[in-house]
Amino acid sequence: MCSLALFPPPLPSGNTTLCESNNELLSGLNGEDTFQVTGHDVNYIILPFHHYWHDFLHFGGYHSCHNLWLACFVESGNTHLLACMCVHHFLLLIDSEDMIAEFSQVLNWPDCVVRAFAWHPHTDKFAVALLDDSIKIYNPKSATTPTLKHRLQRNVAALQWKPLCASGLAVACQSCILVWHVDPCSLSTRPSSGCAQVLSHPGHSPVTSISWSPSGSLLVSASPMDTAMMVWDVAAENCVPLQRVGGGGVTLLSWSPDGSHVLASTPSALFRVWETRMWTCERWPCIKGRCQSGCWSPDGSRLLFSVQGESVIYALTFTATPGFGPQAASVVADLSETTFNAQNGDIVVGGEIQNLAWDPKGERLAVLLKGRVCSFLFSAVWISLLFRTRTSPIFELLPCGFVQGESGDEPRLIQFHPNFQQGALLTVCWSSGKISHVPFYFLSARVPHFGFNGSPLPRPQERFNDFANQSLYTEMLS
Amino acid sequence: SHANFQCNKVICWRATASIAWAVLLLPPTTAVFVILSRFSIFHPMQWLSECLSLLLSINAIFSLILLSGVIIMVGFLNLEYYTVIPTIACSKIALLGQLLHPRQFFSSLVHGVMGMVVGWCCAVTVGGRYETLGYSCQQSDDGGPSQMCLNEYHLFLLLSGVFMGFSHSLLGVIHNMNYVPFHTIQQYKYLRFKESIPLVVKCSASQALYSMRNFIVLYFFLGHIPKGWICQTLQLEVDRSAHALDTVGGLLDLSLLYHTWISGTFLLFTWYTTLQLFRIFVTEVSFPVQSSFTDNAHQCLAKVIAEKQPIILKFLALQDLALLSQHSPLRRAEVFSLSQPGGHPHNWIAVSKECLSLLSDLTQRLVTYHDTVATNGRAKSLSTGSERKNSCLGVCPLHHRRRLLQPLTAPFTPDLDSPFSSPALRRLTAPVEQCSPWHGTVQSPHIARRGHKLWSTSAGEQQIESTAPLAPRMTSFFVFNVQLPEASSQALFADSQAHIWALEGLSYLVQASFTEDQFGVVQTTLPSILSSMLVLQEAVDRHFKLPHASSKPVRCSSTMGDCSYKTLRFALRAALKTALYRITTTFGEHLNAVQLSSEHRKKLQHFLEYKE
Repeated sequence: MCSLALFPPPLPSGNTTLCESNNELLSGLNGEDTFQVTGHDVNYIILPFHHYWHDFLHFGGYHSCHNLWLACFVESGNTHLLACMCVHHFLLLIDSEDMIAEFSQVLNWPDCVVRAFAWHPHTDKFAVALLDDSIKIYNPKSATTPTLKHRLQRNVAALQWKPLCASGLAVACQSCILVWHVDPCSLSTRPSSGCAQVLSHPGHSPVTSISWSPSGSLLVSASPMDTAMMVWDVAAENCVPLQRVGGGGVTLLSWSPDGSHVLASTPSALFRVWETRMWTCERWPCIKGRCQSGCWSPDGSRLLFSVQGESVIYALTFTATPGFGPQAASVVADLSETTFNAQNGDIVVGGEIQNLAWDPKGERLAVLLKGRVCSFLFSAVWISLLFRTRTSPIFELLPCGFVQGESGDEPRLIQFHPNFQQGALLTVCWSSGKISHVPFYFLSARVPHFGFNGSPLPRPQERFNDFANQSLYTEMLS
Repeated sequence: SHANFQCNKVICWRATASIAWAVLLLPPTTAVFVILSRFSIFHPMQWLSECLSLLLSINAIFSLILLSGVIIMVGFLNLEYYTVIPTIACSKIALLGQLLHPRQFFSSLVHGVMGMVVGWCCAVTVGGRYETLGYSCQQSDDGGPSQMCLNEYHLFLLLSGVFMGFSHSLLGVIHNMNYVPFHTIQQYKYLRFKESIPLVVKCSASQALYSMRNFIVLYFFLGHIPKGWICQTLQLEVDRSAHALDTVGGLLDLSLLYHTWISGTFLLFTWYTTLQLFRIFVTEVSFPVQSSFTDNAHQCLAKVIAEKQPIILKFLALQDLALLSQHSPLRRAEVFSLSQPGGHPHNWIAVSKECLSLLSDLTQRLVTYHDTVATNGRAKSLSTGSERKNSCLGVCPLHHRRRLLQPLTAPFTPDLDSPFSSPALRRLTAPVEQCSPWHGTVQSPHIARRGHKLWSTSAGEQQIESTAPLAPRMTSFFVFNVQLPEASSQALFADSQAHIWALEGLSYLVQASFTEDQFGVVQTTLPSILSSMLVLQEAVDRHFKLPHASSKPVRCSSTMGDCSYKTLRFALRAALKTALYRITTTFGEHLNAVQLSSEHRKKLQHFLEYKE
């Protein structure tokens, strides 16, 4: 059935993916200057990556980083100027925290410079957890970049901002969960550890995954060493352990965007999907391995997940009526190894899936593959298109292309910007410590329920005839 | 009559169900107790067969009946003494007052008696040397006539039961064990109970250990008093050949300690289970769908939410509102609907009015408290510091006001008419009576304060007159009367769970109205919702700037007494911010079209820019 063979071939070495416009991924050679792209209804000027390499500073044994955040989302009339680049450069410290490494969503967590990354759900700021256990917060509208340090903040496995809040940042640490309250108006660069709330429960460590409810009231946390998953009322600092027999720990949590379900995977070949009304769960045994990664569609009705040891993406569909849930997961894409013929030799792409990310509009899916298969081409991020027509809500998966970085760079972590108005913005953290933002300009096929800036977006011009005969997966066919 | 007063049909039914389950759980618990108490590793077959025969004996059945009676009594006391708004003692003297209150004293006494009954059942079940109070013994070596002697082991178990029951009751006051907390998340009753069993076991085992330690110390020093008294009244002799238990050697009997501990654990486990079941049953949300045409129209949400009596129903209704506004589009549609003849949004008006009055009530309480604290420096010299002390707030929190309506939900508020209450106690609680009960109509803070001040000065004078000759007593009183830090802040937010639900309910409904409200019923109230939230936000921010208000309480270790009320003010602050963000995120720039004062608009702009 469907395979990577339908994809356009990866770019030759030395090219980096810059953005998507008019259903095409645009690339440029390193150091090239400016692109002018003119489409039917959009007009962008894209400045390619600016690289700012800085010396490292050494503080008391830690290799601290010096970095720069240059970003502006300037909108002037019909022209969008996007220039964003952030460069971190570090000495790598090899730190073996096997447990977290095993279950983290980040590829090669121990030696990854950026250990966790989180966009703020409502604004353009983001937080980055670094190898030296510090967290930096970058805000394009502010000159200060607060650095968060706490004596309990060790081996950060995950970060997430509290929804419907300007300041709350939850950090999954080795021994506890820290919830930082960083005043967005404060000019302080080193918020004191008094700004952090410590949430801990005996036996609940190391914490490898956290997830806020979309309503911002509850936080769930998981530890592979604890069979119970904790539901925290963060402000009141009390927690409810939810325990089920089997699985032996909880490794990954993901709250669906509509707040109705929570995915909880275990270290064994079993994962659970909790419904959040009465907190009951469905058991989903896998055949081969544990659920490695999962992501929800924006309306919370569909769950895509990958299983360790398999190169397949599965889908589960949930309905509002209880008792009529899915019976089995269906395979929607097969990402097994495929060879592309390029000018300078064959390129092999494909393999086990590390992480999945679905953009908040539900139209782009990014997949991070485990690096084993990649020969010399860093082509591990694979983007496929998801089209969803308004009239007939069927699930379609169409190929889009590969996002590539510089030669020698491997992608380690991917995440979409939660509310990028002009389409989707994919953030990729690379092995070199670089973070790049790849914009995908498109018009949403869905009118968003709640426009963040008021009026809904204009109706899209549907231009995907080229792909009609190329779809990887459609619900109609299966 | 008390029970009728407080006990709504729904609540009574739920309490009965919880007691029934507790009684049903008794046989398996007893079986486990029997197995553990007769534990012998060397004769496993004999051990098990003994246990089996014991469980089927008449004795065991009689014990079970007695224990069921105890459980029913405990369940009844739970129902009688429970509260959804914790009583927070603001000073040590207030806590002492709670402990010595006749109503509380009665409860402790009953618990003591029931503890003795359980102790007797345990002694009979464990059997062996514990079985009877008296046994025939030969006092003299020369084989004289046998007499009845006191079996001190039996007495020890009985007294430990009394002690455990009594200390359970007293600790219940200190840890607010009668406070019924509402669960963070909704769960089925069975699952909730199952998940709480490990905690109950842990708590009862550790508490039994602590109580046993205290009891041993007490028995070591005072054990001869009950022993002598029993011997005298029952004409029993003390067996001189047996070891006395109020000695170091007698108390270092490991088997005795084990049996005392396991009996205490059994006692506390059954009682905690009853309490836990009661909490789970009584906080369950299953509200009738609102509809004005059914026979039980008095049970529909819009009606119940506006009622003041009993307070737990109001809490349940508010919780239900918060849930329906979040989860149920169908029931939201009912809230937004118009009445059929007339076209009035009665449901929305009732719901929003009640929520807004709750919020403004809290705002005023905070403002008044803040004013009292601010003027305290001046007022203090005038009225000998009594003003600050009374009820530890300048205002009347709900649990005090409630006394007017519902004398029984506040078991530990000192009873002013009792002979036990000192003038100091009377002074602590008296102003409360003047405050308006919680009520839809809002009293202006100025009026409330004026009334309060009028009282406090006059009472202060009386106080000075009456206590003038008792100077030493006064000094000791002031030592005790030192305010517990942050207690006043806790007391101020004691009922804030209601406000949190009101905020959640309102904000979710407003959010849903963006797409679901066909007739625009919410639009009319949006300005008042926003402004009351912003005013509350200001008052809360101001309150958190006071000393002690933002200091975190000590994390309570896992006890049966839920201490989530200690952090309610933080939860309220977070819920308020989230509620405002929920509205601003949904409406975005459209909020500029809402009629608001310029000050509020400025604050709202901060929220729109995510700068709060």
